[in-house]
Amino acid sequence: MIEIRFHGRGGQGAQVACKVLADASFREGKEVQAFPFFGVERRGAPVTAYTKIDDRPIRVKSQIYEPDHVVVLDESLLKSVDVANGLKDGGFIVINTVKDPQDFRQRYPNARIATVDATGVAMSHGLGSKISPIVNTSILGALAKASGIVTIDSIQAAIREVTPRNKEENARASLDAYNNTRTWEDTNDPSGGN
Amino acid sequence: MRKVVTGNMAAAIGAKLCKPDVISAYPITPQTTIVEYIADFVADGSLKTQYVKVESEHSAMAACISASNLGVRTFTATSSHGLLLMHEMLGWASGARLPVVMVNVNRAIGPPWSVWVDHLDAIMQRDTGWIHIFAENNQEVLDSMIMMYKICEDHDVLLPGMIHEDAFYLSHTSEPVDIPDQSKVDEFLPKYKALVKMDLDNPLGFGSLVMPDNYMEFRYKIALAMDNVREKIIEVDADFKRLFGRSYGGMLDLYRCEDAEYVLLGAGTTASTVREVVDELREQGKKVGLARLRVFRPFPYEEIRKLARSVKAIGVFERAFAFGYMGPFMAEIGGALYNTDIRIPIKDYIIGLGGRDVRTKHIHAIFNDLEKIANSGKLDKELKWFGLNDGNRPEEEM
Amino acid sequence: MKTYQEITITPINNVDSRAVKTGAWRTWRPVLIPEKCIHCYKCWKVCPDVAISVESPEEKSLPVWDYDYCKGCGLCAFECPKDAIEMQREVDQ
Repeated sequence: MIEIRFHGRGGQGAQVACKVLADASFREGKEVQAFPFFGVERRGAPVTAYTKIDDRPIRVKSQIYEPDHVVVLDESLLKSVDVANGLKDGGFIVINTVKDPQDFRQRYPNARIATVDATGVAMSHGLGSKISPIVNTSILGALAKASGIVTIDSIQAAIREVTPRNKEENARASLDAYNNTRTWEDTNDPSGGN
Repeated sequence: MRKVVTGNMAAAIGAKLCKPDVISAYPITPQTTIVEYIADFVADGSLKTQYVKVESEHSAMAACISASNLGVRTFTATSSHGLLLMHEMLGWASGARLPVVMVNVNRAIGPPWSVWVDHLDAIMQRDTGWIHIFAENNQEVLDSMIMMYKICEDHDVLLPGMIHEDAFYLSHTSEPVDIPDQSKVDEFLPKYKALVKMDLDNPLGFGSLVMPDNYMEFRYKIALAMDNVREKIIEVDADFKRLFGRSYGGMLDLYRCEDAEYVLLGAGTTASTVREVVDELREQGKKVGLARLRVFRPFPYEEIRKLARSVKAIGVFERAFAFGYMGPFMAEIGGALYNTDIRIPIKDYIIGLGGRDVRTKHIHAIFNDLEKIANSGKLDKELKWFGLNDGNRPEEEM
Repeated sequence: MKTYQEITITPINNVDSRAVKTGAWRTWRPVLIPEKCIHCYKCWKVCPDVAISVESPEEKSLPVWDYDYCKGCGLCAFECPKDAIEMQREVDQ
């Protein structure tokens, strides 16, 4: 089973993101489960969402404590949330940031890091507003690129099925982000990918 | 066609497939999206129904009752405090023998205010004369709706029924669901034919006063109808399997219980997690099983007696507590076994109230505890609030 | 007394409520004193059992009591502005 944990803020679309990822994997013949953890659901408040992917039906109905990968929809969350909590060694932390993966190396020594400016990508495709860009579909492109757990084609097909509006803009944003994702490996950092 | 949908979407699609003539509901978290999806279906024309907007759940049930009295199929959905507000009308629906069907999203009762899963809202409706079915996954939410109409509308039954789905663990969780073809559903579930109904050409008085010399007889007829539900559930489950290829085990859903020495018994999504743990323990050679309390009313006492004859111990897991006594399922199971020669230890585990996450490690801990009881034949205590933070909670309960 | 096998599944009544002659419950009978009546028809308005009828208000016809249904509550006599309705003791005739 592959387990993905999303960290976002209310309004950024973590709930839709976990569902798009599930739908994309389902298209590739996988069994899936996706759910948001509903806390105090307010715009800006930290939220968590989960996607589980497996070859057989998923029966465990509980949250994810040891994710294979983590997706962070907002860099500012790193200050207040321990996003790497329980992350399996070698798992990716996919971060929406303008920074390079190396900039997070010290902070998360046991993780692989992927970065993408999902905010910039979302805004360039007219998704959401400047104050509140909808970054969920962009960051899924980055997750697909970094982790390889699902193809970008499936992500785009799922976006067209699941997102409530701007389906094409969202699909294009995910591809754009996919093509602009940076990982340790891309930077040829000899200590990367540990 | 298989699609990835939430439990609430499965419920809305279920409503669409069953074609109720009248739907009346009032939104409440976490049921709200059911109301919204149905509104979308009505707006886009894919569901032809009279969608009655009301100002409360009490009125929603009153609208369903009135419509059902006119001889048409009805549907509503609610949760928690909404269900509690409906309570008075629930008794009317069963007393008037109206096959209203509802989905209730199980949510805790406040205060403390909580929108997360807890089964007490359902338990509080135990004696209303409604059929209660607890779903384990989104597929069962949808399938149970189709089956529930068939059961409720049978002239040997004519009682209302509610399907319970766990808040968030089903209502907002997306998983693959096979959505049956409309033509197959139509074949399985023909149009509702009322036995008696309001008719302007032949006026009749409904719900009138009955003197004490006849009240008991009317109540007895409800009791008989509820007894008929047992075989009807088994029959409809078998019919459903023939047409749709899925079965839910009738009254009590037994998983790997044939040679089990100790089993866990309970309802809702926790059962799904227990299933996984049963497989893990079976790999280790432990003879464990799951008995899922799918149907809470009518209560499967005969099935539980049969199970209890073949095992050494039963652990009951429940997401509700009946204040002043113990867990509601535990009390019922004790009652079912008392007038028999069965004397096995039964332990009650109160777990996951108000949406507290129930993990596989918790189920392992419970099975470990139960194994000791099964092997020794001795019960350390009847009731345990599992995971309660009392200042020295062990790691496996965190 | 019917057995449970004989009764309908829920109380369903096919008897018209007019078959129940509630006038039998009456111990005081309203009687009109015609010369005091001013044809305001307040009595007709307030009768909770719709047991008072007026044939033609335009022709100032007098209110008429249907003693099959009048329960003798006295509301008409109480409300009459001219004390034109007298409550008389019912007697065995």
